[in-house]
Amino acid sequence: MILGRLTSARNAALLAVLALGLASVPLWAPRFWIYIATQALIFAVFAMSLDLLLGYAGLPSLGHAAFYGVGAYACALLALRQVDGLFPLLLVGGVAAAIVAMPIGALSLRTSGVYFLMLTLAFAQMLWGLAVNWVSLTRGTDGLIGIPRPTLVGLDALEISLYERGAFFVLCLVVAVLTFAVLQVLARSPFGKTLEGIRENETRMRALGVPTFRYRFAAFVVAAGIAGVAGSLAAMSNGYATPDLLYWTASGFGLVAVVVGGTRSLIGPVLGAFVVLVAQLGLSTYVDRWELILGALFIGFVLFVPGGLVGLVRRT
Amino acid sequence: MDVLNLAHGSFYMVGAYIAYSVVVATNSFWLAFVVAPLLLALLGAALEVVFFRRLYRHGHLAQVLLTFGFTLVFVDLVRAQFGPTTRSIPPPPGLGGAVELFGATFSSYSLFVLGVAIAVGALLLLGWRFSRVGAVLRAGVEDKEMAGLLGVDVPRVFTFTFAFGAGLAGLAGVVAAPEFAIYPGMDASVLILALVVVVLGGLGSIEGAILGALIVGLGYVIGTTLFPQFAIGLIFAVMAAVLVLRPSGLLGRRP
Repeated sequence: MILGRLTSARNAALLAVLALGLASVPLWAPRFWIYIATQALIFAVFAMSLDLLLGYAGLPSLGHAAFYGVGAYACALLALRQVDGLFPLLLVGGVAAAIVAMPIGALSLRTSGVYFLMLTLAFAQMLWGLAVNWVSLTRGTDGLIGIPRPTLVGLDALEISLYERGAFFVLCLVVAVLTFAVLQVLARSPFGKTLEGIRENETRMRALGVPTFRYRFAAFVVAAGIAGVAGSLAAMSNGYATPDLLYWTASGFGLVAVVVGGTRSLIGPVLGAFVVLVAQLGLSTYVDRWELILGALFIGFVLFVPGGLVGLVRRT
Repeated sequence: MDVLNLAHGSFYMVGAYIAYSVVVATNSFWLAFVVAPLLLALLGAALEVVFFRRLYRHGHLAQVLLTFGFTLVFVDLVRAQFGPTTRSIPPPPGLGGAVELFGATFSSYSLFVLGVAIAVGALLLLGWRFSRVGAVLRAGVEDKEMAGLLGVDVPRVFTFTFAFGAGLAGLAGVVAAPEFAIYPGMDASVLILALVVVVLGGLGSIEGAILGALIVGLGYVIGTTLFPQFAIGLIFAVMAAVLVLRPSGLLGRRP
């Protein structure tokens, strides 16, 4: 018990140092690396939401990028209709993704294991097909371009614009830290514990009178909502929303980030997101065959570091 | 085999590219028709022995990640070797024309593809049901330890099966090469459709896979004629509907 508190206090201190270290990035890092760190933070929010599903609820979704993409498109559509304001635009991504997740979750959660994996993949590809083909709404493969970044009341007074890399980076950092905190609280709450119970032994939890489907469904919708917020951030950051955001490889990279970092830790997916993003964007800048190296890296991780980066630290 | 292999589409793609290389080098489609499946089977066997064998215990998630890594590697290797442009090869001599049948015109190559598909399907069905290898494999999947105790060399059977599956994917790639375009993204498009087919039909059921393929193929063609924009959506909607009614697929065993 005491040991538990000590380690959690140590973890909290570590996290605070990490967050402060990240917050200083805009002050010293080259522009290109601020950009990479921003993308990595957005991806980290997405990966953390996937960890809620994969790690805590034990639901391996291979279609999580669908909600990321839905969030991005919702934010883009609203922003392009002259809606301004940071909070409405962030929220609309989350709400839209959560709404879309309801029917998908209700259907997918009737299955489990590989079937769940493939069903989520199928639904995600369906939405991807919709994004490509519903040209009047999404402009097809061209995507929605020219999405303006919102203004935030208060920041104007300080003459800070979210178009500045540093300011936008700090915004992403704040969202990431909030996501981490919310998910951490959720994971330690009775809700989180029940989810873990269902993952370990569903029959038994049901025998105890727990409505297991409802818990899973709630986890699915919450995870989708957070992924949608990440999608909103991505739309603001890039200034465009394209069908690529929903493509199955995006879901695959999400899973990789969670597993490379280590599941059921939340901090693991953040680390994993940074590894994947730095590998992706960093490598592609310097070498042509970056996908090859990235693929080999994943293969190596699965074979030799099954617990992920967090597992390495835990063991020592 | 209860292995989830996202790189199976890559085997298909590599098969098509091998066909392309062989046809360019020797101008013989039939040589490619023999060589590509054999090479893919060898590749499959090697991958199984070196990588997959370690992961059967770790469940599907590890397999998903491992094979996702492989899809990236293969697509990049193909792009490095052949570039990102689309390639194509002509149908083999004698099969380039058209045939009149039941009052409709078919390209003779399409009929050839149909023949290959029926032959492979029949071979698989009969082999799985009646051959010794089929029986051993069914036993190995059902209860690995028990099959091992009864003197079955389970690892070797698994390697063989994996290699056979990879060879078939290669064969599909060769056969598809003159009909469709050969390009570095062809692995993903076929993979997603194949997953839909297998899930629709029911995992571990060859009859189910054949039935699923017919539904998906017909659904796609009908969907394309009726509302071209959402043909792909129709297929996924059918799959979702089936899985809601029968969570383990049309012909899959109930868990």
